[in-house]
Amino acid sequence: MWQDISLQDVLIVSTLMFFSGVYGFLTRRNLITMLMSVELMLNAVNINFVAFNYFLHPENMQGMFFALFVVVIAAAEASVAIAIIIGIYRRFKSINIEDVSKMKF
Amino acid sequence: MNAFEYTFLIPFIPLLGFLLIIFNFKRFPKKLTAALATSLIGISFVLSVYTAWQYFIIMGPLHGVYPKIIGNHFEWLKLGEHLSVHMGTLIDQASVMMLIVVSTVSLMVHIYSIGYMHDDRGFNRFFAFLQLFSFSMLSLVIATNVFQIYIFWELVGVSSFLLIGFYYEKPSAVAASKKAFIVTRFADLFFLLGILLISFHTDTFDFISLTNPENFERFNLHGTTFLGLSIPALALILIFVGGAGKSAMFPLHIWLPDAMEGPSPVSALIHAATMVVAGVYLVARMFANYAIMAPEALALVGYVGAFTSLFAAVIATTQIDFKRVLAFSTISQIGYMMAALGVSGYGEEAGLGYMASMFHLFTHAMFKALLFLGAGAVIHAVHTNSIREMGGLRKYMKTTHITFLIATLAIAGFPGLSGFFSKDEIITAAHQSYPLVFYTLLVVAGLTAFYMFRLYFLVFWNTETHYHHKPHDPGKAMLIPLIILAVLSIVSGYIPFGEFVSSDGKPLHTHLHFDIAIISTLVSFVGIAIAWFLYKKSSDLTSHLIARWGTFYRWAYNKFYIDEVYLFITHNIIFAYISRPIAWFDRHVVDGTMNVIGWITVTTSEKIKGMQSGQLQQYAFAFVSAILVISAFLIYYLINN
Repeated sequence: MWQDISLQDVLIVSTLMFFSGVYGFLTRRNLITMLMSVELMLNAVNINFVAFNYFLHPENMQGMFFALFVVVIAAAEASVAIAIIIGIYRRFKSINIEDVSKMKF
Repeated sequence: MNAFEYTFLIPFIPLLGFLLIIFNFKRFPKKLTAALATSLIGISFVLSVYTAWQYFIIMGPLHGVYPKIIGNHFEWLKLGEHLSVHMGTLIDQASVMMLIVVSTVSLMVHIYSIGYMHDDRGFNRFFAFLQLFSFSMLSLVIATNVFQIYIFWELVGVSSFLLIGFYYEKPSAVAASKKAFIVTRFADLFFLLGILLISFHTDTFDFISLTNPENFERFNLHGTTFLGLSIPALALILIFVGGAGKSAMFPLHIWLPDAMEGPSPVSALIHAATMVVAGVYLVARMFANYAIMAPEALALVGYVGAFTSLFAAVIATTQIDFKRVLAFSTISQIGYMMAALGVSGYGEEAGLGYMASMFHLFTHAMFKALLFLGAGAVIHAVHTNSIREMGGLRKYMKTTHITFLIATLAIAGFPGLSGFFSKDEIITAAHQSYPLVFYTLLVVAGLTAFYMFRLYFLVFWNTETHYHHKPHDPGKAMLIPLIILAVLSIVSGYIPFGEFVSSDGKPLHTHLHFDIAIISTLVSFVGIAIAWFLYKKSSDLTSHLIARWGTFYRWAYNKFYIDEVYLFITHNIIFAYISRPIAWFDRHVVDGTMNVIGWITVTTSEKIKGMQSGQLQQYAFAFVSAILVISAFLIYYLINN
């Protein structure tokens, strides 16, 4: 069953996840959704870490720990990002990214 | 350990006063400032006198020679293996003598200023600057090396600048202070070149090793420079140019008459007694080098001094501004000192000129300070500088009159007063080997007597002008210094000066030279008599004489148009042919290049600024696209290799 899953399969899944994240980040107008897309990208990278560790160097644990770090940092990043989004909402009464375009020439 | 370690306190006490006053000059009441400044300079004065007592009387000459003692010093700047600049105090004959001169006159001027500046808004500022000047000047005279002298040389220049421009609301005072600063600064450039040249070849800055004749053979001084001068001659002439700037020698004298824009006590302290003789002191400091290494440089000093002396004396006979007459008299007397140095030789009897020069420096400081302080008292009383608007003042200002008369007699070389003795030594020294200088100085002695008594008669005798307020003697604070200085002007001539100050450290026994003394006394009596005849009562004779000598009078009255020559050179030659082209180059070529660079930046950014739209997702899209393109290239590259 799950022993049949190869490295390639996992990489395909993570690539799909990563590019759905990129797609979401570029097309969604809602800041929260964009943040979720970023999380998606981060987790795709996480999967890569774990997968490479498991399939290529099963005797080591670095990949696993890296994944743990990324999870923690992603949590911190999410909290900061949400704080920024709240700030933006207070300022512009909107979380639509197209309304937030003050910083230009 | 030595007995003179405390000497660093002498300059540092006024520095303390300067710092205290300058940081509190809005807070301190006038009385506190005056008491503080005067008592601090008083301490310096006591210490100076104590030093002189220790050095000359208690210690005395060692094996017949006065030693040169380093009071204390530390290394300030290390410039390599052998060369370093020290800061410290050098105690020897000349420096101890100068300590006495500077601290005495400074103390007198401090006391006098309490009365003179009483109603001035800048009272505290004035005393702060006086303290700064005292600090710089005292440090200058006890400097252990040329570089230290140079540093304090500039500091006294700054203090002089600040005090000439003391009445900064008056445009003429501002112009005068600027002129003084620029002229002396210009001369100091040559001084610095001279220092660098001589220390490059001798590997030392220190006066003790630099001026010790036993070291001269070890110095690497061979070779010639431009104009065929030897290296020491060129270096010493450059140093003399620096000294000439400070001491107002021709043709760098133009700043001193204008410097009279400062308050009278400043003129007395800085522009008569102390700072302007710094040039003489500098030449005297390096006298062994001048006399032995480069006699031609020393001869130049002598001729420049004698010429300046005559030149300034002629101008002084025609001036009508009270303080300007005294200013030209100062220039003339400093020329006397320089001439005395120039005709002197090194050591023993030949060093008479050196001793005479220092002697005259000493006595001149006393009576010239007194003359300026007296002038201040008169100007204070009648509110004008022009001697034409004075006259008959002897009835109103009795004490001022007597003290001024004593100073006038002293400077005119009246027998028995200090100026007589020092002038006699100078003229005797010149008589031995330089006939041209000798006759010039003799003529100047007569001229000095004439213009000083012209001034005296015009101010205190002659016809009385109508005064709005009845002039009266100044208050005690101003009278006491006048009286003390008058006493000093009489007695300082009786000091056996040669026993204390001489060119090579050995006491020099001098005596009055009666043959010379009779001639010079006769000459000055002639000068006094002519002045008596012409100016004691107002007469038509003077205007007849002026009409007769019209052209010459006009030239002398306009100071021989030296100022105009300078203006012509700076404006019509330097500004027109050097500064303007440089300014044009700067404005058009240098600035133009910069403007083109700026223009390119501005136009490019105008064109591309639309890319910064503020839309976050546009940026992200550009970013992702760029990453994809770069990845594509990388993959392509990896596959193909």
